[in-house]
Amino acid sequence: MALILELAVQGTQMMLVLLLAPLLTGFVRKVKARLLRRQGPPLVQPYRDLLRLMRKEVVLADNASWLFRVIPYLIFAATWVAAALIPTFATGLKFSWTADLIAIVALLGSARFFLALAAMDVGTSFGGIGASREVMIASLAEPAMLLIVFSLALVAGATQLSTVAAFMGSPQVGLRVSLGMSLIALVIVAIAENARVPVDNPATHLELTMIHEAMVLEYSGRHLAMIDFAAFLKLLLYVSLISCVFVPWGLATAGAGPWTYVLGVIFYICKLAASGVLLALFETAIAKMRVFRVPDFLGAALMLALLGTLLLFVSRSL
Amino acid sequence: MPALIDLILAGERVDNHFPWARAVVAPKMWSFAVEQLVEGHWGLLGLWGEPGVVHMALLDESARDIGVVSLVCPDGRYPSVGRRHPPALRLERAAADLFGLLPQGAPDTRRWLDHGQWGVSYPLGTQRTFSPTASPYHFLPAEGASLHQIPVGPVHAGIIEPGHFRFTASGETVVRLEERLGYAHKGIEGLMAGSDIDSAAKLAGRISGDSTVAYSLAFARAVEAALGVEVPPRAVWLRALMAELERLANHVGDIGAICNDASFSLMHAHCGVLRERVLRASDAAFGHRLMRDRIVPGGVASFLSDEGTTAIWSLIAQIRQRFPALVELYDNTASLQDRTVATGRLRVELARQYRAGGYVGRASGRDFDARRGLAYPPYGELTFDVPLLQEGDVNARVWVRIHEVEQSLSLIEQILRQLPDGPIRIDFAQTGGPYEGMALVEGFRGDILAWLRIGKSGIVERCHLRDPSWFQWPLLEAAIEGNIVADFPLCNKSFNCSYSGHDL
Repeated sequence: MALILELAVQGTQMMLVLLLAPLLTGFVRKVKARLLRRQGPPLVQPYRDLLRLMRKEVVLADNASWLFRVIPYLIFAATWVAAALIPTFATGLKFSWTADLIAIVALLGSARFFLALAAMDVGTSFGGIGASREVMIASLAEPAMLLIVFSLALVAGATQLSTVAAFMGSPQVGLRVSLGMSLIALVIVAIAENARVPVDNPATHLELTMIHEAMVLEYSGRHLAMIDFAAFLKLLLYVSLISCVFVPWGLATAGAGPWTYVLGVIFYICKLAASGVLLALFETAIAKMRVFRVPDFLGAALMLALLGTLLLFVSRSL
Repeated sequence: MPALIDLILAGERVDNHFPWARAVVAPKMWSFAVEQLVEGHWGLLGLWGEPGVVHMALLDESARDIGVVSLVCPDGRYPSVGRRHPPALRLERAAADLFGLLPQGAPDTRRWLDHGQWGVSYPLGTQRTFSPTASPYHFLPAEGASLHQIPVGPVHAGIIEPGHFRFTASGETVVRLEERLGYAHKGIEGLMAGSDIDSAAKLAGRISGDSTVAYSLAFARAVEAALGVEVPPRAVWLRALMAELERLANHVGDIGAICNDASFSLMHAHCGVLRERVLRASDAAFGHRLMRDRIVPGGVASFLSDEGTTAIWSLIAQIRQRFPALVELYDNTASLQDRTVATGRLRVELARQYRAGGYVGRASGRDFDARRGLAYPPYGELTFDVPLLQEGDVNARVWVRIHEVEQSLSLIEQILRQLPDGPIRIDFAQTGGPYEGMALVEGFRGDILAWLRIGKSGIVERCHLRDPSWFQWPLLEAAIEGNIVADFPLCNKSFNCSYSGHDL
């Protein structure tokens, strides 16, 4: 009986991230539009876009290999699994014991690897440009991410997200310099990983400046829907990760009553909305940086995360 | 330094060419003129063809004089100008495509406007031939290890005009950019030849949508010069009012669009609101948002009502109130400055050689504005500054626009205060002919040249309109060199050359 309940909660989590992911992206777009004094598309537009793409015919390049067709599903699956492992509204989910934060980083890393492969598969120049820029960003973002994981693990004594979240919610965590550094580093990595301004512009039509969009230019129909959905999920994943580690309040614990879960979901949606507003504000207030400035930007994240880890070695209380 | 008039006098002067002189010259004098261009004494205003004749318009900036030299070449061959003076290259290629006039010794004999899709070669020339096949276009080679090519366009991801850009890049750094234009060719010169003045005026207003006022003005002034029409004073001032409103709308729109290409959509949104207000005020004042077909030969087609004047006054007040805050936002956003400063630098020498007009030239130290340099009415009676910067980067081109917006606001105020009363249009009749006329008018991109010949029966025999972009497109190729591929949209938007005006 307990197992069934736990599976039900885990299932709810997996469906919840699927349901909320397009909404979060739609919400960010809406807030950005309102900030620019535009009406903006309706909140449900991303769902409509996905449905429209699912119904559309797939146009494949003549020289596309089987990889090109398989990769959208691989990316979607990897991102979904990674999102399912994050404690969004409750800690101690059934699946979360099977994989830790390092596994999440690895899942996202493989998704990116496959996307870069697919971008080069057809052999268009934009795919190549996009892939090379993406990999340049990843080569700095991934080490930064791993160092953040190490910092967190040193503080909480585990790489398990449920344990980390529980520890961060407890009074014994205190104010720590290293955590502040990790937070800033994680936000920078999240911005870079999700192709947001100032690293990439998700709304651009200028093919020469694209990073993520350049890689998926050749995709259409349901393949594009899968990739877009994975991008929505990834944004949700990072927002959830930041909020579960650094704002862990309101998370339901394993085995609590159904009302705690409902409360957890409400808290979670509030956190998402707050993050969405913050992201939209940040994106409106800043211009995109030159491609070659991105390493400086991510280098800052890498250094901060490294410093955080080193400080923890010097003194456990920092 | 020889005076332009001496060259004209040395040739066989053509009667009835106004307001400046035209002369048919011998090949030796033609080469002499080319030498003066190379030395930088004179500037090349335009080069265009007619069956069996090639014309070249020259500008003597110090003497504020313009002259046209023509070379008769019955066999369709003439000594190339582009061989010594590169700015003429694309003009020669276009004249070759349309008229079959072949420049001898030209370094680049590839086709330019003709993409092999017309079914005929030399459609306006004497030796019109049918050629159904398209020959492949060879881009200039760039050799070296690890160079790769990026073809972009003519169909782009956004909804913009068509043009093909071939980048050769080493990683992210652009080694060479080559443009291929002509996709928006509409055959305007062919359509104009043989049409009456009214239809030709309409065609002129449709060459480039964002410069419709400037084009109509250039055409109307050329017609009036040819036929000796004296335009009523009120019409002259209303024309300047429209021209400044158009400049205002385009500059404000451009400033926002440049920032938008650096993903700073906040500026774009605010500038978009301002541009919309200019368009609405223009609509209230002249009955059309872009003021198309409002300038006609002989005057203007719509009078300015009191409500229209009020609308423009309140527009000025609004822009004066909001624009400084936007300039401050632009100047204080470090992330935006990081993108625009030192990006896409155009060297001063190149701007001078190509006689780059408008903000492109003025951001690179070229101090020329047809409104001041030729002081066509009513600008002689108005006070305004021509902004001048030396840096030549994207930032400088934005700042020239910002200053020109301020100047245009002041000009509009002066015009509204001094606007004379009276008729806005006169009818004119023609006796005899043919007459030839030309005009140089400052559009928002730079100086637009109009040249035409009106036949005995009041039919336009030949009309050539040269967009400022002819001399700006090649400079974009130079400005992007050494920049990174991802900065091209930003540089391109800061040049904002016309596709339609160039492709004709």
